[in-house]
Amino acid sequence: MIVLGIESTAHTFGVGIVKDEKPYILADARAEYVPREGIHPREAARFFAEHAASVINKALKQANVDFKDIDGIAIALGPGMGPCLRIGATIARFLASYYDKKLIPVNHAVAHVEIGLLVTKATDPVVVYLSGGNTAIVAYVDGRYRVFGETLDIALGNLLDTFAREVGLAPPYIVGSLHVVDKCAEDGKKFINLPYVVKGQDVSFSGLLTAALRAVRKGTKLNDVCLTLREIAYTMVVEVAERALAHTGKNEVMLVGGVAASPILREKFEKMVRYHNAKLYVVPPKFAVDNGVMIAWTGLLGLKHGVSVNIENSIIRQRWRIDEVDITWRA
Amino acid sequence: MVVIENGKIKQEVLRVDKEIARGAEAYIYKGSFLGIPCIIKLRTQKSYRHPVLDSKIIRDRTIREAKIIISARRIGIKAPAVLFVDPDLGVLVLEYIKGRLLKDLLKNLDDEEACKIASTAGSYAALLHTNGIVHGDLTTSNMIYTDHGLFLVDFGLSDYSNDLEDLGVDVHLFLRSLESTLWRRASMLYECFLKGYQEIIGKDQAFKVKEKVREIRLRGRYIAERRMRS
Repeated sequence: MIVLGIESTAHTFGVGIVKDEKPYILADARAEYVPREGIHPREAARFFAEHAASVINKALKQANVDFKDIDGIAIALGPGMGPCLRIGATIARFLASYYDKKLIPVNHAVAHVEIGLLVTKATDPVVVYLSGGNTAIVAYVDGRYRVFGETLDIALGNLLDTFAREVGLAPPYIVGSLHVVDKCAEDGKKFINLPYVVKGQDVSFSGLLTAALRAVRKGTKLNDVCLTLREIAYTMVVEVAERALAHTGKNEVMLVGGVAASPILREKFEKMVRYHNAKLYVVPPKFAVDNGVMIAWTGLLGLKHGVSVNIENSIIRQRWRIDEVDITWRA
Repeated sequence: MVVIENGKIKQEVLRVDKEIARGAEAYIYKGSFLGIPCIIKLRTQKSYRHPVLDSKIIRDRTIREAKIIISARRIGIKAPAVLFVDPDLGVLVLEYIKGRLLKDLLKNLDDEEACKIASTAGSYAALLHTNGIVHGDLTTSNMIYTDHGLFLVDFGLSDYSNDLEDLGVDVHLFLRSLESTLWRRASMLYECFLKGYQEIIGKDQAFKVKEKVREIRLRGRYIAERRMRS
């Protein structure tokens, strides 16, 4: 079985082609919209529309397959930004109807988890999903990926980026594969007093951001603020993941998303899992960020278990939650 | 820990029998304190925390937990009595509560009984809230049902607060714990919880908290909306 998947939820238009046997991943083509500041949905959508055809052709060429070899078209219908989602959905609907293929709806967040499982070989982990827009701890329980903790306000990536921008450290946000806040923290010596906010299994970063910015304005040494900010923020995330691990009794932790690349964060997670005799898996950056392969792979898992959608019902869902999706292939 | 007089053990103060749980932030032992069956909660150092942050968290949480348990008991909530505290070592010795975790118990009860207990949980939450206390980790894993009724345990993340946001988080956490372990009956049990909650806290305030819970859930989960704003 071969499935072509399309990702177009935010800044990446990605097309992946996967097979249900080794080597699984046949093609991985992407075009990334790089905004100067935040993503402008309409501009991203225009970028996608311009690049879609060439990305799809590139993927077909890479995989050395034709549409006649393909069993289904998987599409990320959400969550994401409307204008972006619509481009991918329109193309997927067209491909499915023109070539008479099954159309498979895929939840973007579920896809991040599934591709992580494929490439890391983790089997049943507590998943820590950290990116610019997401901070969530999920784990599989009773047929769904359930949310065991999340941010009550801004995401971890957002906290680091906003702080860096406000104090003049960024852009660029990443220098030599290290976030500028991590870099700035290297010369920090003194641990200052900033709020540490864990509420049950959830975290809250907005108070920390405000307090950190205030400390800088008051003249506290920037390196010390960076050190304290990143120590507190990372520790909060590790703590809620630890709670989820204890609560679910699982013995694996998987990190996914752009922020998961931080070596300092990873080291903290290593220490935490060792304490619980659990194992840490980190999704490699290539598949930790948005891509088409994850959509294709999740579509393939779904199609094998009868998941597909009629074109007239294939509406996009900007706020489609991960815990609304039945994970039929694990039940 | 023993008191020795003239070379003889006069009174055993604290005896640790066995580890019964290894929670996310503490080791929990069963033992006895001056002969009373007890739970010893030892907050452990975490190598992933900066040393300054580590001792601050351990100290703050140990003291706060002891203080709040005492306040909660004063207003009529069933919670384990505090027997001994050492903030620097992160040690808290509490009365042992014999019973079943609500998380496990609710699975095996019929709807009516489960509803009654969820409603008691709701009234406890309201009682705490009307007295300016938030539990901070109000889940079904932190409630023990005994022959003497429902007990609230683990006040490790509790705080003094009248902030609607914090009250909302408490209720949200309870709902979340229902969803993550008892999801088939989550909405039914949540209604029962709210019924008990409203009886104590009053209709107006209960409505405000419910709205807050809805807002919190929207804020935290709807990733796309935030991404668009940023």
